[in-house]
Amino acid sequence: MTEAQQLDRRAAVTALLKDRGDLLVVAGLGSPAYDLHAAGDNDANFYLWGAMGSAALIGLGLAQAQPQRKVLALTGDGEQLMGLGGLATIAVAQPKNLVIAVIDNGHFGETGMQPSHTGRGIDLAAVAKTLGFADTRTVHDLGGLAALRAALHAPAAGPRLFVMKVAAEIPPRSLPPRDAVLLKNRFRARLGLAVN
Amino acid sequence: MNKRIEAPPGAEPISVAWPDEVYRAPKAAHVAHMAYVPDAGHARLIQRFHADRAATVNVLTTEEEGIAIAAGAWLGGQRSVLLMQSSGVGNCINMLSLATVGRFPLLMLVTMRGEWAEFNPWQVPMGTGAAAALAAVGVRSLRAETPEELVETVAAAAALAYEADQQIAVLIAQRLIGAKKW
Repeated sequence: MTEAQQLDRRAAVTALLKDRGDLLVVAGLGSPAYDLHAAGDNDANFYLWGAMGSAALIGLGLAQAQPQRKVLALTGDGEQLMGLGGLATIAVAQPKNLVIAVIDNGHFGETGMQPSHTGRGIDLAAVAKTLGFADTRTVHDLGGLAALRAALHAPAAGPRLFVMKVAAEIPPRSLPPRDAVLLKNRFRARLGLAVN
Repeated sequence: MNKRIEAPPGAEPISVAWPDEVYRAPKAAHVAHMAYVPDAGHARLIQRFHADRAATVNVLTTEEEGIAIAAGAWLGGQRSVLLMQSSGVGNCINMLSLATVGRFPLLMLVTMRGEWAEFNPWQVPMGTGAAAALAAVGVRSLRAETPEELVETVAAAAALAYEADQQIAVLIAQRLIGAKKW
């Protein structure tokens, strides 16, 4: 393991979402959802409080249903490791408008900071590249993150996966609503879709 | 429930062509999005979706992925249907919390194994336990024993899912599909 430079997770997510425009965002349970909420609540945010492993795949369904919009799935290393098979499903589907951003602290931060597989050497960007993602990157600093933000809004040939290496810290919690029905309906309303 | 569907002269009987009939129900309910883990019983239905240029189809590595994809499709304004066999129900359990807690419309078409002239004992636990497992996490099952019943049940389940925000699994009896040939 190398002691590479590590980002502050809140600063990283805030920088990634700067001037987000009409970006649609799904955030996985735990810290990614808190980070997204801390960066600014938005009707086009869908926060998860469970269903671990689902964030990137909700992103896939959403990207297929809204091909004209950019979709960001914001997840953690623990959640994306649980959904490794889902990366193959996304690679086969080849959505051009889906970006998965993994906030990678190398640990299961919610449950006592046990080292995760990425903390033990597994490289999620390399996995995604092998599967056929169109663009995979790993960034360690805010300079790299500015390039990531630009890439997020640029056209792409297929799905992309960006890993943001962040420090293993637990910032003050910023809790989004836990009512998934409310979150679902306000998200659909933002897209001009009817509520049943 | 006893209405017979008569095949036109020269056409295959409903006992063979039921996947074509079932395919019409999601189409009629404006479902243009499908995900699946294959089952031999679903093969013809999967073919029909793949052949439909207006449909988006995802092949999954495990069934739970489809619960998440269907929720994402609904967030974006599309109706999605999920195909699997009964063993796959067990793979979905925690992921179903997304559909039930979020009241996301969910239509699962589940071909049953392990319940009728089954050769493989490993299919029996989820074959006999699928409905109970689904019920335990708040997903309702509707069973169909005959092709005629199935066509009607899928249409009813689609209405319950997409109009009434319910999470519904249509369990397609193994007796209907026929025993797997070994």
